[in-house]
Amino acid sequence: MSSLPMSIAVEQADPAAGKAGAWQHFRLWRVLLGLVLPVALALGWELAVRAGWSNGRLVPPPSVIYSTFADLARTGELQHHALATTLRVAAGFALGVVAGTVAGAITGYSALTRRLLDPSLQALRAIPSLAWVPLFILWFGIFETSKVLLIAVGVFFPVYLGVMGAIRSVDRKLVEVGRAFRLSDAAMVRRILLPAVLPAYIISLRSGLGLGWMFVVAAELLGASEGLGFLLVDGQQLGKPAQIVAAIVAFAIIGKIADWIVAAAAAPFLRWEDRFSARGGEA
Amino acid sequence: MLALDRVGKTYPNGVRALDGVTLDVAPGEIVAVVGGSGCGKSTLLRAISGLDRPSQGSVLLDGTRIVEPHEKIGIVFQEPRLLPWLTVADNVGFGLADRPAAERRERVAAALDRVGLADKAKVWPRELSGGQAQRVAIARALVPRPEVLLLDEPFSALDAFTRADLQDHVLDLWAELRPTLILVTHDVDEAVVLADRVIVMRPRPGRIFEQIEDDLPRPRDRQSAGFDFVKRRVLAALDRSLDRAATVDEGQTRAESGAALWW
Ligand SMILES: Nc1ncnc2c1ncn2[C@@H]1O[C@H](COP(=O)(O)OP(=O)(O)OP(=O)(O)O)[C@@H](O)[C@H]1O
Ligand SMILES: [Mg+2]
Repeated sequence: MSSLPMSIAVEQADPAAGKAGAWQHFRLWRVLLGLVLPVALALGWELAVRAGWSNGRLVPPPSVIYSTFADLARTGELQHHALATTLRVAAGFALGVVAGTVAGAITGYSALTRRLLDPSLQALRAIPSLAWVPLFILWFGIFETSKVLLIAVGVFFPVYLGVMGAIRSVDRKLVEVGRAFRLSDAAMVRRILLPAVLPAYIISLRSGLGLGWMFVVAAELLGASEGLGFLLVDGQQLGKPAQIVAAIVAFAIIGKIADWIVAAAAAPFLRWEDRFSARGGEA
Repeated sequence: MLALDRVGKTYPNGVRALDGVTLDVAPGEIVAVVGGSGCGKSTLLRAISGLDRPSQGSVLLDGTRIVEPHEKIGIVFQEPRLLPWLTVADNVGFGLADRPAAERRERVAAALDRVGLADKAKVWPRELSGGQAQRVAIARALVPRPEVLLLDEPFSALDAFTRADLQDHVLDLWAELRPTLILVTHDVDEAVVLADRVIVMRPRPGRIFEQIEDDLPRPRDRQSAGFDFVKRRVLAALDRSLDRAATVDEGQTRAESGAALWW
C-alpha cells in the first residue's frame, strides 16, 4: 500500500523534468535560429569591409557602429540626446493617455456623449497626424510645445479607441453582478469596469507608446537642437552614417525598455487572465 | 415576508412576460418555480431581485417596495458570474466591502468552509470546475446573509451527480440561516426534493397556473412513494399548463381561420 503513492510520485516527477528540459532546449534553439541571419549578415559585412571589398562609408560595418556608439556614450552626448527624446515622449505620452482615457471612458460609458463626440474624433483620426505639423508649428512655435502635442496626438487615438471599445464590450452579466450588490456608480467603475477593461487598456497603452516613439522621430526630424532625432539629422547632414545607425539602435533599445516597463508594471494586475498565451507561462 | 401583488411585466418589444402574478412567500419557505421555456420565470425572479422593475403591481419585502436591488435579497444566476480578476475568497467577500477586514476574512472563510472549498480560497476562478464555481457563486450570495435568496436555474449546466450534491448542499446552507429560497428550475426532481411549495407557471402571458404543496418529511428520499406522488402531481400540472396553452392557441387559430373563411 505505502509504495503506491511513492511510485506515482516518481513516475510523475520524471516525465515532468524531462519535458521541462526539452522545452528549455527548444526555446534556446528558437532564439538562436532567429539570430542566425542578422549575425551572419553583420559578420559578412564586417569581413567584406576588412578585406577591402567595400569601403563601408555608406554602410558602416558593425565595429564602426559600435565604436561610434561607445564614443557618443563616453562623451555623454548619447545620454543627453536620449534623455531629451525620452522626456518628450514621456510628456506627450502622459498627455495623450490622460486625454485618450478620459475621452474613451465617457464615450464608452454614455451613448449620448458617444454620438456627440465620436464622429468628430473619428474624422480627426482619419487625418494623417503628420499633416498637423505645419499647423502646430504655426500655433505653438517650433519648440517643445508643438513636439509634445504632436506626440500626444499620436498616443491619443489608440488609447481612446482602446478604452471606448473595452468599456463597451464589458460583459453585461458582470455589470449586473455589480448592480445586484448595489454598487454606486463610482464603485461600479472601480470594482467592475476598470478591472474588466484593464487587459485591453494595457494593450492600447502599449500601442500608444509605440506611436509616441514614431511621432517623436517625426517631430525631431523637423527641427530640434537635441534629441535622438537630432542625431539622425546631424548624421545625415554631416555624412556620418554610423551616427545615424547608432541613434537608430538607441531608439530600438529605449523603445523596447519603455514597452517592457509598461508591460511589467501591468503584469501583476493581469495574473488572473485566462489567456491562451498565459497557460504556457504557468506550467 | 415577501409579497407579490398583481405583478406584470411587459417588455419594450411588447412581449407580456408576466401578468397578474400574486404570491406570498413566508420567511424561510422554499418555493420552486417550474414551467415551460419562456413562461416568465426569469422575468419573475428579476422583478423580485429589483434588477428589473415590474410594469404593473408591486413586490414588497416586509412592507418595503422593491424597485432596485435590496441588501436583504441575494441572487444566484444560471452562470456563476464570478469576477475573473478576483480570487475565490475575494469573490465570496464581494458583498462585504463595507465591513472591517477582519470580519470579512472570517465570514468568507466560514462561507468557503461551508461550501467545502476552503482550500480554494486563493485560487483564480478560471481554475475552478463548473460545480465549484457555482458553489462559490452561492457562497457569494449567502455571505451578506440575505433574507431572500433567488436562484435562477443554478444547477442546469451541471451533471446529475454534481447537481444532486449541490441540492443537498443548498439544503444544508438553508438549514443554517433559514433564508426564503425561490428557485427556478427545469428539473422536477429538483423542485420536489427542495421545495415546500412548487409553483407551476404557464406562458403568454406568464402567470401562476397551479401551486402544489410539498410537505414530505425532510430529508427526502427520492425513491419513496410520497416523492413519486408529488412528482406526478407536478408533472401532471406541467402537462396541463402546456396542453391548455396549446388548446387555447388552437381555439384561437380555429376561430381565426373561421373568421378568414367567413370573410
Ligand atoms: N429583455 C427582454 N426583452 C424582451 N423580451 C424578453 C426579454 N427577456 C425575456 N423576454 C421575453 O419574455 C418572455 C419570458 O422570458 P423569461 O426569460 O422570463 O422566460 P423563462 O421562463 O425564464 O424561460 P427559460 O425557462 O427558457 O429560461 C419570453 O417570451 C422572452 O422572449
Ligand atoms: Mg430563464
